Amino acid sequence: MGQLTGPTDPAADAGWADRKPRKGFFTDTSICIGCKACEVACKEWNRNPRDGDLELLGSSYDNTGALGASTWRHVAFIEQSKDRIDEARESGRALIDLGVPAFPSPPHTDAGPPEVDFSPPDTPEFRWLMSSDVCKHCTHAGCLDVCPTGALFRTEFGTVVVQDDVCNGCGTCVAGCPFGVVERRSDGTYTTPAQRPGSPVEKPVTGVAQKCTLCYDRLLEDQTPACAQTCPTTSIKFGDHDDLVGQARDRVAQLHAQGRTEARLYGANEHDGVGGTGSMFLLLDEPEVYGLPPDPRVCTADLPEMFRRAGMAAAGMFAAAAVAFWRNR
Amino acid sequence: MSTSEFDSLRPPELPGGRRRRKGKRAGRPGGADGSREMPMVPEAEFSSYYGRPVVKPAPWGHEVAAYLFLGGVAGGSGLLAAGAQLTGRPTLRRNTRLSALVAVSLGAVALVKDLGRPERFVNMLRTVKLTSPMSIGSWILSAFSAGAGVAAVAEVDRMTGERLPLGPLRPVLRALEGPAGLEAGLFGPPLAVYTAVLLTNTATPTWNAAYKDLPFVFVSSASLAASGLAMITTPVSEAGPARKLAVIGAIGDLIFARVTEHRMDPVTREPLHHGTPGQMLQWSERLAAAGGLGALLGGGHRGVAALSGLTLLTASALLRFGFFEAGKESARDPRYTIEPQKRRLAARRAAGVTDDSITTSG
Repeated sequence: MGQLTGPTDPAADAGWADRKPRKGFFTDTSICIGCKACEVACKEWNRNPRDGDLELLGSSYDNTGALGASTWRHVAFIEQSKDRIDEARESGRALIDLGVPAFPSPPHTDAGPPEVDFSPPDTPEFRWLMSSDVCKHCTHAGCLDVCPTGALFRTEFGTVVVQDDVCNGCGTCVAGCPFGVVERRSDGTYTTPAQRPGSPVEKPVTGVAQKCTLCYDRLLEDQTPACAQTCPTTSIKFGDHDDLVGQARDRVAQLHAQGRTEARLYGANEHDGVGGTGSMFLLLDEPEVYGLPPDPRVCTADLPEMFRRAGMAAAGMFAAAAVAFWRNR
Repeated sequence: MSTSEFDSLRPPELPGGRRRRKGKRAGRPGGADGSREMPMVPEAEFSSYYGRPVVKPAPWGHEVAAYLFLGGVAGGSGLLAAGAQLTGRPTLRRNTRLSALVAVSLGAVALVKDLGRPERFVNMLRTVKLTSPMSIGSWILSAFSAGAGVAAVAEVDRMTGERLPLGPLRPVLRALEGPAGLEAGLFGPPLAVYTAVLLTNTATPTWNAAYKDLPFVFVSSASLAASGLAMITTPVSEAGPARKLAVIGAIGDLIFARVTEHRMDPVTREPLHHGTPGQMLQWSERLAAAGGLGALLGGGHRGVAALSGLTLLTASALLRFGFFEAGKESARDPRYTIEPQKRRLAARRAAGVTDDSITTSG
């Protein structure tokens, strides 16, 4: 049993002797244009079937809705007016003032104004937020830890992958993921009818858990994952996790220097509830606006306590039975 | 969550409005020492991505809820059978052994049926994984079933006047029967309790929030259900211990259900009171109290005992289904995920802990 909380190198923790540098994504949503090329590239490369019937969700230009068994990249689309922009800028500024987490909390926060000039640029009347969401490949992955069959495993790149030929579709991982990423595929339809002679008939795997593999097959060939390769604005960056953290910090500092205090990082802190994520994001508003949990905590972090309480309860049941039989003897 | 630009024209929403219910802001520390900055987030302003869920509910159907109930009945029956075996109550022993096998078999069938790929159910025993309650539970279930199976077959053989075609295996069965019955008794409580960890060790808000106390509720519910079944199947002369255990279980159930809820976040406990799950849990409480009283006062009368037993079984089933469905409901509404998380984050920040947030400024 590996480490359940705190900072660690996940591949080393999983016992990989010949591990590779940890890979990940850094999704810079400030330059995402919402083209959804990543969604398409992902579907094509991974041969993922269509998600149910094609329909318009009627809430925005996002008609994908959410990540799921057959949707491993999902571009969120949010429209905001000036007051929401101001709010986001304010909450980001409060985050900076709090020094999260670069500096420990100062004893007096009213010690003086921050040194950087945060005078905001002209606030637009309106903005679109677009963000390409993906599996977080957590350092402490709930889905992986609760999987009873070992179908989910940690790769040498520190990512989390489902082996669809081992998974028996119990669905525990679906409830175990604090980000709502992994899902059991109930059915799947290919709509591409062109069946070339000689090529094998494609049939999507069903009844098993499915999620982003960070293109494990491509990583093994030193290739870039399909979504990152196709992203036209380099909003999706792929690389070594440590490099990406540095890049992300530089980028957020750059935006702050422009007065865009709404910029913040999501997942770059190894002390958070999941030990940091492999996929990091630069967000321009609170995480829940994008459908991300504001303070996720991997459920297995509390597992020792859960088992302790369960042991006490079982002992109590034994005791109750002992009392019941003893008195009536 | 609306992001329309016309939102700014609306009058400010009153507390207690659509998205805010009373009790929600209790324990919100704000600028505790007066020197702090404003709280990070404006007062419980709840926003989400078009109201879509953040976490996904487990894709489990009624089969799993039924298994929670049946596993409890089986575990409790196994324990009662071991007790009856040790204290020389042949009828109670026989009936509880048979109950245990029937319940655990039905439960296992329900579990397998709920899998996405039922033909691969043996993959559950591919590995032993201590971080997976489902894995540990599968091993507990297997160990229990083995013991309960041997013990029950021995009973069936006796009931049919040794007509089972066992041949030379009959002496082996007789020799194994006692140890097998005790082994099933040993694995009974773990079988009854592990399902609580299975539910609480998830990101499903209402399940996870109950992690400290749900095991006690589940063993109480298992005790009263198995005892209830024994009170139905077994004459009052031998069912004394079952009545006692039923009363203890009912008291435990009533107390621990309250304690569990009391310790939960005020938002995550809401689904326990809403809609059908809320009604189920309410009725479960009433029936547990009624059945417990019946066992205590009228357990000496065969009819009253059987009726009380039925009441207790129903109470247990309602508890399992109610709690199960309430949890799934909590995963479908982003509010139950986002609000408690925002609150605990704000509380930690107010207490000066600023290094463990997933959102950082750099």
